Amino acid sequence: MRFLVRRLGFLLVALWAALTVNFFIPRLMPGNPAEAILAQFHGRLNPAALKAIEAALGIGKHQSLVTSYVEYLRNTLTGNFGISFSQGNATVSSLISRALPWSLGLVGISTVIGFVLGTAIGGVVAWRRGGTLDNVLPPTFIIVSAFPYFWVGLLSIWLFSLTLNWFPSLGGSTATSTLSWSWGSFTDILSHAVLPAFTIVITSVGGWILTMRNNMITVVAEDYVKMARAKGLKPRRILWQYAGRNALLPNLTGFAMSLGFVISGAILVEYVFNYPGVGFLLLQAVNNEDYPLMQALFFLITVVVLVAIFFSDIATAFLDPRTRNNR
Amino acid sequence: MNRLHPLRALSAVGRFLRRDKKAMVGSAILFVLLVIAAFPSWFTPDDPAAEIYNPGAGLSWAHPLGTTSFGQDVFSQLMAGTRQSVMIALVVGFFCTILSVVVGVSAAYLGGLVDDGLSLIIDVILVIPTFPLIIVIAAYTKSASFWTIVFVLVVTGWSYGARQLRVQALSLRNRDYLLAARARGEASWYIIGFELMPPMTSLIAANFLGAALYAVLAAAGLQFVGLGNVNTQSWGTMLYWAQNNEALQAGLPLWALAPGIMIAILGSALALLNYAFDEVSNPALRPVKSRRTKAVRV
Repeated sequence: MRFLVRRLGFLLVALWAALTVNFFIPRLMPGNPAEAILAQFHGRLNPAALKAIEAALGIGKHQSLVTSYVEYLRNTLTGNFGISFSQGNATVSSLISRALPWSLGLVGISTVIGFVLGTAIGGVVAWRRGGTLDNVLPPTFIIVSAFPYFWVGLLSIWLFSLTLNWFPSLGGSTATSTLSWSWGSFTDILSHAVLPAFTIVITSVGGWILTMRNNMITVVAEDYVKMARAKGLKPRRILWQYAGRNALLPNLTGFAMSLGFVISGAILVEYVFNYPGVGFLLLQAVNNEDYPLMQALFFLITVVVLVAIFFSDIATAFLDPRTRNNR
Repeated sequence: MNRLHPLRALSAVGRFLRRDKKAMVGSAILFVLLVIAAFPSWFTPDDPAAEIYNPGAGLSWAHPLGTTSFGQDVFSQLMAGTRQSVMIALVVGFFCTILSVVVGVSAAYLGGLVDDGLSLIIDVILVIPTFPLIIVIAAYTKSASFWTIVFVLVVTGWSYGARQLRVQALSLRNRDYLLAARARGEASWYIIGFELMPPMTSLIAANFLGAALYAVLAAAGLQFVGLGNVNTQSWGTMLYWAQNNEALQAGLPLWALAPGIMIAILGSALALLNYAFDEVSNPALRPVKSRRTKAVRV
């Protein structure tokens, strides 16, 4: 219980820090971009849109810094992000709720696939220490994990879409077809998701393989594993039920840590594939200087990452009593 | 602790490189890239920005990687772009390492409230998704310059290393030789600099390489989406121009793929060296001798 409260407290502190940074960036940078932006849009936009920028940047004409900071916090926490002026004056919330399912589906599923696949391979590789797989896979994936996500995306578009013509290269679905709960729509969405998902899995799986391998090497040397061997248990049983379980725990913490990294890569993958998710929307907002949308998206991504980390902390604490005491 | 003589340290590095294949390959690649970065004109007879050739030409002896849709030589651009990526890697790696060492070691060494405060800062920066933050900052500065990118990457990139260094410094803190140094009445700066730091050298090196790798990838991503200064020569801006002119669809795949390969080569060199240093600081990870493996294998 104390652990839960501590983690929740940390979640709130991190969230507050992100919000505060977000508030001060446009005001404290050289040349005060916040004021410059407002001046730039003055007269070009309708009053409602101007108000949205003011709210997003936390600038009021006759307000002190503290008042606008408080107002900014209140607006953000109540989900009042104003309207986007680059996307036909739709509300920011409606744009985000349209993009979010795409990202959660694509990034969520491919991250989990990468994690499960990498952990399994890493476990097996460490078990067969010094074997062929152990000599080939870790160095290969050290190299692959250094590839830029978006470049792997470009490569797979060129190879699998333009050259071999196996999968569509752009978008989340065929633009002309309207989405419905039908088999046709499902396969359409799936075929558009294959290449971006493949890109994310390929570039993220290496990290999991390496950390799992390293954990496993330490765990296999423990006495209780020797004991299990001495008892004559089947290797497969020792691998997954004895050693694997314990080697998995640090990896779960690592999962939380690298989530931000995966999300970052996914933003660029969405951009490369014109995938209609949150990352693509963020870069569109940047290109169109749509500051309300940009601020809201940064806030949203931060919340998603922090909540995911919170849950993986809880899961780790649930599975491993040791972490409950010393943290 | 015996003091490390510079020459002895150098020969130790030499031995390490000869013994470890990953380290050898990594440092060889890094050396070649450093030479290209230092003297790009040796490798590029042409002005990389000049639009003087047939646009969209294929491979030939004159243009080993073809030309861009603007009629620039792709190979020349590739060589000229090396400098910026290598510079970003080294500079960001350097400042991140300094910051991680200072924060991580002082948190561990000073302990108490200072440790609590610094750890909280480290953890908060660690969990805030950095790339969206970088994008937002770059969007406000508009076409971020080299130093803006460096600044942003350092601010967002030091915390991982600081966390690792703090943990290791904590585990060293109460060793006997450090207690002995304190009992001798040595000054804090001496204990930290000459007693606590030397055993952490390989971890610090690994952190430098990790931060450099992070910087290369993040900077390339930033420039790829057009948030850097698109008029400078770098692999990231090459990718930006290639993407904006639909190089893949226009039948000029090398324009878009070659800079990515260079980024991947630089990244792999850093990652291989990083891994080799990890093996130094964690002996359990070192490759096992074949005789022992047989006994261990089931």
